[in-house]
Amino acid sequence: MKGARRQAILLLLPCLLALLVLFLLPQVLMFATSLGRRSAYGGVIRDVSLLNYVRALDPIYLRILARSVGLAFFTTLFCLLMAYPVSYWLGVKAPEKWRNALLVLVILPFWTSFLVRMYAWVFMLRTEGLLNLFLGELGIAPLNMLYNDFAVMLGQVYGELPFMILPLYASIEKLDRSLLEAAADLGASPLRSLWRVTIPLTAPGIVAGSVLVFIPSLGAYLAPDLLGGARTVYIGNLIQSQFAVARDMPFGSALSFLLSLTVLVLLYVFRRPLRASQA
Amino acid sequence: MRGAVSVQGITKTFGGLAAVQDVSLDVKPGEFLTLLGPSGCGKTTLLRLIAGFEEPDRGAILISGRDVAALPPNERPVNTVFQHYALFPHRTVAGNIAFGLEMKNVPRSEIPGRVEKGLEMVRLPGFGERRIDQLSGGQKQRIALARAVVLEPEVLLLDEPMAALDLKLRKEMQVEVKNLQERLKITFVFVTHDQDEALTMSDRIAVMNQGRVEQLGTPEELYERPRTRFVADFLAVKNIVEVAVESVEGGKARVRTGGGTVLFAKDDGGYTVGGKAWIGVRPEQIALSGGAENSYPAVIDDEIYLGDCTDWQVRVGQDVLTVSEQATSARGRKRGDAATVSFPAEAVLRLDDKPAPPA
Repeated sequence: MKGARRQAILLLLPCLLALLVLFLLPQVLMFATSLGRRSAYGGVIRDVSLLNYVRALDPIYLRILARSVGLAFFTTLFCLLMAYPVSYWLGVKAPEKWRNALLVLVILPFWTSFLVRMYAWVFMLRTEGLLNLFLGELGIAPLNMLYNDFAVMLGQVYGELPFMILPLYASIEKLDRSLLEAAADLGASPLRSLWRVTIPLTAPGIVAGSVLVFIPSLGAYLAPDLLGGARTVYIGNLIQSQFAVARDMPFGSALSFLLSLTVLVLLYVFRRPLRASQA
Repeated sequence: MRGAVSVQGITKTFGGLAAVQDVSLDVKPGEFLTLLGPSGCGKTTLLRLIAGFEEPDRGAILISGRDVAALPPNERPVNTVFQHYALFPHRTVAGNIAFGLEMKNVPRSEIPGRVEKGLEMVRLPGFGERRIDQLSGGQKQRIALARAVVLEPEVLLLDEPMAALDLKLRKEMQVEVKNLQERLKITFVFVTHDQDEALTMSDRIAVMNQGRVEQLGTPEELYERPRTRFVADFLAVKNIVEVAVESVEGGKARVRTGGGTVLFAKDDGGYTVGGKAWIGVRPEQIALSGGAENSYPAVIDDEIYLGDCTDWQVRVGQDVLTVSEQATSARGRKRGDAATVSFPAEAVLRLDDKPAPPA
C-alpha cells in the first residue's frame, strides 16, 4: 500500500511540477498583479485592492464576457453537430483498414500553424478573395464574408473541429455493435436507437469533446482578431489589448483571472457528466 | 401459421465465401428447433438472416406465413437472445427489460407490471433496480431472455446463449429454457455447437456443415440413425472407417476394413458388392465380451477415464476401436491386457460420405 502510494507520487511528479511552475505559479502572480494599479508609464504599482474587479464587473465588460461565452457555446454546438456524423462514420462505417489513414487526415491541419491557417481563411473570404473570385465567374456579386461574426464563428469551428472529432471517435469506436443490433431487435428504429442507445453510450466522448472545444473557445483571440477584424470584441482580445495596447497589466490580469474563474465554475457545474465521462 | 418459420433456398456469401448455401428449412409453430454445427458452419448466419441483421443473396424467409424480405430487424415479429447478452450497460435491469416495451409504445402504466412479470418468469423477482455490471453470467443470461420474452415474439432466436456459462449452470439453464419454451409455446430457433445441449433441449435438430443442412430430425433419429460421416462424427460416433463391400446376402453385408478386419453390417440397401462404403459404430454399443455377431480378440491400448464411463482404445488386428464402458464394470483392466470385443450387425451404421444433394 505504501509502495503503491510512493509509485503514484513518482509517476505524477513531472506533471505536477509542470502544472505548479507553468500554471499555478503564474496564476498566483497574475492574481497578485490584478490587485495592483497601473502606473503612469504602464508599470505595476503593488497594492491590495479589488478596484480592477469592480471595474471588470461593469456592464460593458460583462457583455463582452457573455458574448465570449456565446461564441464558445455555439462553436461547441456546431462542432458537435458536424463532428458526430463524421466520428460515427469513422468509428462504425468506414472500412477498418482505412481508419488510421482517415484519422491522420483529421489531424493533418495541425501540421500548419493556426496563424497561417487563419490567414488562409482571410485570403479565401475577403472581397477579392478566392471564393468571391469564383462567385464572380458565376456572375454573382461579391459577398461580404470577412470581418463579421460569421467569419469569426467559421474560423473557430474550423480550428476546433478536430478536438471534437477525436474524443468522439474514441468513444464511438468502443461502442459495442451488438448493442445496436439488440436495440433494432427490440423494435427501435434507427433514429430511436441513436437517441436511446448510441448517444447515451457515447456521452463520455460528447462531454470530453465539448470541454476540449469550449474552454479554448472561451478565450479565443486569433479568429476574432484576424477574421473578425477586431470589430467585435471578445474577452480574449480585450485581455490582449490591456497588455499590448492600453498597457494596463493589473486590469488585464483581473480579466484573465475572471476568465479562469469562469472556466472553473463551469467545470464545477458540469462535474457530474465529466466524472461519468471518465468511467 | 403464427410462429412458423419457412426458410426457402437461402444463400448468403461473405466476400465470395458462402456462409449459407441453398438452405431450406421449415420450423413448425411452437417447435424448439436447434441449429447444430461446428463454428463456421453457417448456423449463426442463418439465425441472423432470420432476425434481419443480414440480407440473403438468394431465397426467401417467411415468418408466420409472411415474407419478411422487406422488413428491417425492428419490424420483424422475432426477438433475439444474443451470445454475449448485449444488455444495455447504461440502463438498469428493469430499464433493459422495459426497452422493447417502450419501443413498442406500450402504455407507460403497463410497463412496470410487465417488467416484473418478466423478472418472475426468469426467477429473478426484485432484481429490477440492479445495474448490469452487478449481475453474474447466469443472471445476465436470464435478463437477456426476459428482455426478449416480455415482447411476446412469434419466434425467439437464441444465438449460443449458454456458451459463456460453466457446465453446471449450463445444465440448469438448459432445463429452465426448455421449460420456459414449453410454457410459453413460442417457437424457438436455438443455435449451439454443443451436441448434448441440442439433444437435451430440441424437438428437432438441423445439423449444419459448410453452410448446408446435412440432416434434420428428432434427437432420437439423429442419435440412432446419423446419415452422413459428418453427422455421425459430430454426434460422437467415434469408430468411423471406410470399408470394401465383399458380399451382401440374407440382409447382412460382409465388409472388410483397411486394417483387414472382416465384419457384418445390417444391410440398409446402400451397400454395393465390390464397392466402397463408410461405416460407423458407437463406442457404447461395443461390449468388452464375446457373444455378438462381430466378435474379435483384442488388446487394450489405452484408457481414457471420464468419470461416469471409461473410453478404452483397443486394437483389433490393424484397426483401433474406441469402446465405452460404464465406470462400474470398467475396473481391473489395464493396458496390454487381452480382451474380446463384440457388437451386433445392427450396431453398424452405414454412412454417406457426402450429404445427398437437396431434392
